[in-house]
Amino acid sequence: MATVSVRSPAADQARAAERRRRRRRSAWRRQLVALAFLSPWIIGFSVFYAYPILSSLYFSFTRYDILTDPVWVGLGNYEFMFTSDGRFWTAVRNTAWIVAVIVPLQIAFGIGAALVLTRVRRGLSFYRTVFFLPTMVPLVAAALGFVFLLNPGGPVNAVLRFLHLPEPLWFRDPVWAKPGLALMAMWMVGQTMIIFLAALLDVPRQLYEAADLEGAGPFQRFRHVTLPMISPVIFFSVVIGVINGFRYFTEAYVVSKSGDWDNPVGTPQDSLLFYTSHLYNQGFEGFHMGYAAALSWVMFLVIMACTLLLIRSSRRWVHYQGGFR
Amino acid sequence: MTAISTPGARAGAVPRRRVPPAIRRRRLLLTVANHSVAIALSIMFLVPFAFIVSTALMTNQQMGSLSIWPSPFKWSNFTDLFEFFPFWRYAWNSLLYAGLGTVGVVLSGIPVAYALSRLRWRGRQVSFVLLLSTLMLPVQVTIVPLYIVFVRLGWIGSLKPLIIPLFFGDAFTIFLLRQFFLTIPQELSDAARVDGANDLQILLRVIVPLAKPAIAAVALFNFLYCWNDFFSPLLYAGNNPDTWTLAISLQQLTQLSRGILANLQMAASILFTLPVLVIFFLAQKVFVEGVTLTGVKG
Repeated sequence: MATVSVRSPAADQARAAERRRRRRRSAWRRQLVALAFLSPWIIGFSVFYAYPILSSLYFSFTRYDILTDPVWVGLGNYEFMFTSDGRFWTAVRNTAWIVAVIVPLQIAFGIGAALVLTRVRRGLSFYRTVFFLPTMVPLVAAALGFVFLLNPGGPVNAVLRFLHLPEPLWFRDPVWAKPGLALMAMWMVGQTMIIFLAALLDVPRQLYEAADLEGAGPFQRFRHVTLPMISPVIFFSVVIGVINGFRYFTEAYVVSKSGDWDNPVGTPQDSLLFYTSHLYNQGFEGFHMGYAAALSWVMFLVIMACTLLLIRSSRRWVHYQGGFR
Repeated sequence: MTAISTPGARAGAVPRRRVPPAIRRRRLLLTVANHSVAIALSIMFLVPFAFIVSTALMTNQQMGSLSIWPSPFKWSNFTDLFEFFPFWRYAWNSLLYAGLGTVGVVLSGIPVAYALSRLRWRGRQVSFVLLLSTLMLPVQVTIVPLYIVFVRLGWIGSLKPLIIPLFFGDAFTIFLLRQFFLTIPQELSDAARVDGANDLQILLRVIVPLAKPAIAAVALFNFLYCWNDFFSPLLYAGNNPDTWTLAISLQQLTQLSRGILANLQMAASILFTLPVLVIFFLAQKVFVEGVTLTGVKG
């Protein structure tokens, strides 16, 4: 430590320089410590994200079957995808269908179920457990269960027959297969519901009281108080829902293969061919790795674009507490 | 507020105006209406379970009939199952994947979350944004080159491609732990630092003990994610029956014995689901709070 008694400009300067040096050294040390703590993720990020995303960009410009070396084909894969691959467009249409139907339904149903839960006082934890329970069932098991429930001679159709309603063939019929999956998604709405329940309970009571004073009815209260207050959560659900649409695979795969093992992915008649199913078919059953890489890059770009778009549009309709707009 | 259905319960303690009968009747009606909706929804959520359990207990002959209630109860379906396929081997694989994967995710996630929440250094914001962007990416985006790498390493047909990456940080885990670490008062770390503790000691002696609930939550989430996972095991272990997890084997039952009856299939599904439900009931609070944390703070 420098002594305090000496007070000359030169000594001041020297001391300031020493302090700077020490500060710089400790900043360096901090940086090194942080990097050491961060190292598992730095390796993980480079090996399992950065490298694959970049190299799949490269592979997407090649024809590659793993056994022989990749052959450069320029934009060939993308050209084929957009102009001549009919199944690509089928997969896109099916994925859009499932997102457009499941996301709004799950949000509406999730809010509805959560609203019911906010209004019962007794038995709340019982109801909450029951509503949440289906989401705990592993997807494969749930899908197998629904294959059984919705089989043409199964329990659901028995109920429909009892009520003299038409009995669809569900997963055997290309028209009814996707609605069958939507039904299953509604059964597994618990996750969405729990998030909405927390958001609903977070809405300050005073807002409702103020609305009551202004003479708002239940509908107006919901429209002008509840909805704006939970809009961040709606936004979150939409983003997650769109991304989940792209990874939609397991349910469809299990359902398609349930009739007969040899059924191609997407049975019946490609009505359950989703984006990831197509990617799986191309890459890991046909070993068209270049084409699969192109598919995954398009998926990457669309997900990024959707997320950005949703974030930008959210400024108009999402109200964050504490800020204006 | 007092409970609606017992308006007079506290009348002795607090003198209050009697609620007019008309309003009381209206409130009662509302309560009844709310509960009937809740009960109707509960039935909707529970009926599939009931059908699946009852089917799992039916005899083969009964499967063909239209009756819903199993008579007699055929409990032996659950043991016959083991003759059809090596259930325990698949369960062991699932346990390996879920258990080791969880260990890896927690071990690698804790220090990274610490660096992202409690250390000040240049590049922290950038790293966090990168982490968030990987949180959004489904596995399908990186799957093609990773598959090629694993083929070159000779890892296809083993559990290695499933487990080893989890030892290098998982975005979701890191994110959740970071959110939790941020809520721990900085003064605690400062006090430990004054006492001469370095960052590793602070992390192990101060942060980790306080973050036990959050660590338990991410461990549970990861365990269940791996236990239920289908896409990655199908891709990496699907071609080698020795490494099938339960999720894969359940789906492949249709292949193992063509035309296997739904009763055995449902019995197998129940055995596969049961551990998950047991964990859920034991740790319900952790789940509900964890899901809420991801949703609202996300």
